[in-house]
Amino acid sequence: MADIDTRHGVMLYLDAVSVSFSGYQALNELSLAVDEGELRCLIGPNGAGKTTLMDVITGKTRPDSGSVFLGQDINLLDHDEAAIARLGVGRKFQKPSVFPHQRVWDNLALALVGHRSPWQALRYKPSTADEDRVAHLAKLIGLYDLAGQAAGGLSHGQTQWLEIGMLLAQDPKLLLIDEPVAGMTQQETERTAELLQSLVPDQTVVVVEHDMAFVRSIARRVSVLHEGRVLTEGSIDAVQTDARVREVYLGDAC
Amino acid sequence: MSSSPGNSPFLHRATIAFFLGLALWVPVANLLLPAESPLALSSYSVSLLGKYLCLALLALALDLLWGYAGLLSLGHGAFFALGGYAMGMYLMRQIGTRGVYGDADLPDFMVFLDWSELPWYWWGFDSFPFAMLMVLLVPGVLALVFGWLAFRSRVTGVYFSIMTQAMTYALMLAFFRNEMGFGGNNGLTDFKDLLGFDLHADSTRCALLVVTALTVLGSYMLCRRLLATRFGAVVTALRDQEGRVRFLGYSVASYKLVVFVLSAMLAGVAGALYVPQVGIINPGEFQPLNSIEIAIWVAVGGRGTLVGAMLGAFVIAAVETLLTAQFPEAWLFALGALFLLVTLFLPRGLLGLWERRGHG
Ligand SMILES: Nc1ncnc2c1ncn2[C@@H]1O[C@H](COP(=O)(O)OP(=O)(O)O)[C@@H](O)[C@H]1O
Ligand SMILES: [Mg+2]
Repeated sequence: MADIDTRHGVMLYLDAVSVSFSGYQALNELSLAVDEGELRCLIGPNGAGKTTLMDVITGKTRPDSGSVFLGQDINLLDHDEAAIARLGVGRKFQKPSVFPHQRVWDNLALALVGHRSPWQALRYKPSTADEDRVAHLAKLIGLYDLAGQAAGGLSHGQTQWLEIGMLLAQDPKLLLIDEPVAGMTQQETERTAELLQSLVPDQTVVVVEHDMAFVRSIARRVSVLHEGRVLTEGSIDAVQTDARVREVYLGDAC
Repeated sequence: MSSSPGNSPFLHRATIAFFLGLALWVPVANLLLPAESPLALSSYSVSLLGKYLCLALLALALDLLWGYAGLLSLGHGAFFALGGYAMGMYLMRQIGTRGVYGDADLPDFMVFLDWSELPWYWWGFDSFPFAMLMVLLVPGVLALVFGWLAFRSRVTGVYFSIMTQAMTYALMLAFFRNEMGFGGNNGLTDFKDLLGFDLHADSTRCALLVVTALTVLGSYMLCRRLLATRFGAVVTALRDQEGRVRFLGYSVASYKLVVFVLSAMLAGVAGALYVPQVGIINPGEFQPLNSIEIAIWVAVGGRGTLVGAMLGAFVIAAVETLLTAQFPEAWLFALGALFLLVTLFLPRGLLGLWERRGHG
């Protein structure tokens, strides 16, 4: 994994990014900077462009214009999804996606950093360190006792955690997490908040979430997206009292 | 890779025993037992069994691709036929001056077309090792080029299936043309011997069957070994959640490409073993329908199990032999009905029955 140059403290930098889908402007000259070691929340009404923003960062969607940099000098628009992942950007999808027919253990093992080419994967033998790492991650996400079960049998919350565990197995520098607590119980939500908070400042985390209580419990800094651009940015209190934000949300959630 | 019945230790051992048993029993029953013995095997039956084994290998090849990587090729008959043609070209060169026209340099059909010299793409096929290399390389390179184009542009699902159908159809039209230099409509036939052994001798037929049985067994073991590695886990994972695999940093296209090429090569080997045992290869093998039939074998036997795919090929080919002898018109209807019944009532194929029994 190449080292990411964060001399100026910036992990992710987007400048004037625009994306349109057959005329519909999903991102509109959006600019955003996330510092190294930060835990940033992105909020905004449905259709604001949050998932599209993650698509652009991870190479799934090519922007019509604008630039996206990881650290000082890695232009993410030069790379495809797999290469961006190998550069150290991990992503959890809004719709949880794990490998249902493989065991929880194997899901984590498959995500372990390195050995990405077919040839390396053919010759791969898990080292003791690898086994320890998988066991550690399984414990961290509370699935150690279920490690031998097929991932398809997990509950919704457990599936979300497994996917987060798989991200961590990649050793990413930057984690993009789309709606992690959707459909989780109160208790699961609290544990997820703890887990995400434990990742910073070693890693940089960007979380998209609707659940305001959750956002309040984890975020130091919040960016509000609306109609494909950043409406405002600041502490959760500042954001929640912002008149424009209240207008956008029409009183819901906030 | 956890719960597929292809991994049941009992089925695995039974599969090994079956192929080894066949390799041991057939030569004894055909060559040593007197013809009136109830256990004796006729030469015709030896050829039939050899043919079924080749089809089982072809089904195995498709199951590796479809059952594990989730890519339904409806053009695998083309790779099979290309392997068959490579073997057929070697067998044609072996005929030498024993052809109808007695020409030492040219196969009969070229003399008939008034050709004066051997086309360059026939060069080297006098050599058995070269021909065997081509058995692997021709299907392999075609799969590499085709797969590279398809996977790079992320062609998947039904589009991939349709493209592979078009591929085999185009090859069929090409091979039907006399000017292609592969015997046109009639294909390649009237083979005499292989490595100096008379193809019509019982001992040669038995030897071919033994080689085929061991090749199928070896290919099955190879596929299993492959699927047990991290490589296999990635392939199975991309079948179920392609996006997740890609965002974990794996180049999905290269994994698909490796499996596609390997699968095409196995199909080529199946074709190469098939041709000396049935004595002919012609463009009919490229028919789109043939490739669809392979998918039916795999679905009926149990997709994603390896063993099931081979079983499906064996069972359907055997039923086909029985039915086409009695009611030739009924065969396609019977095949269609079988496919429908299995899809409706046994979504996991014949091996699914086994699994159910195991859980019950
Ligand atoms: N692939 C796509 N094709 C067409 N429209 C899309 C596509 N992806 C997203 N959109 C549209 O772009 C807008 C932003 O979507 P999205 O980023 O998913 O919003 P959010 O995650 O903030 O709810 C929505 O109106 C959505 O319908
Ligand atoms: Mg979204």
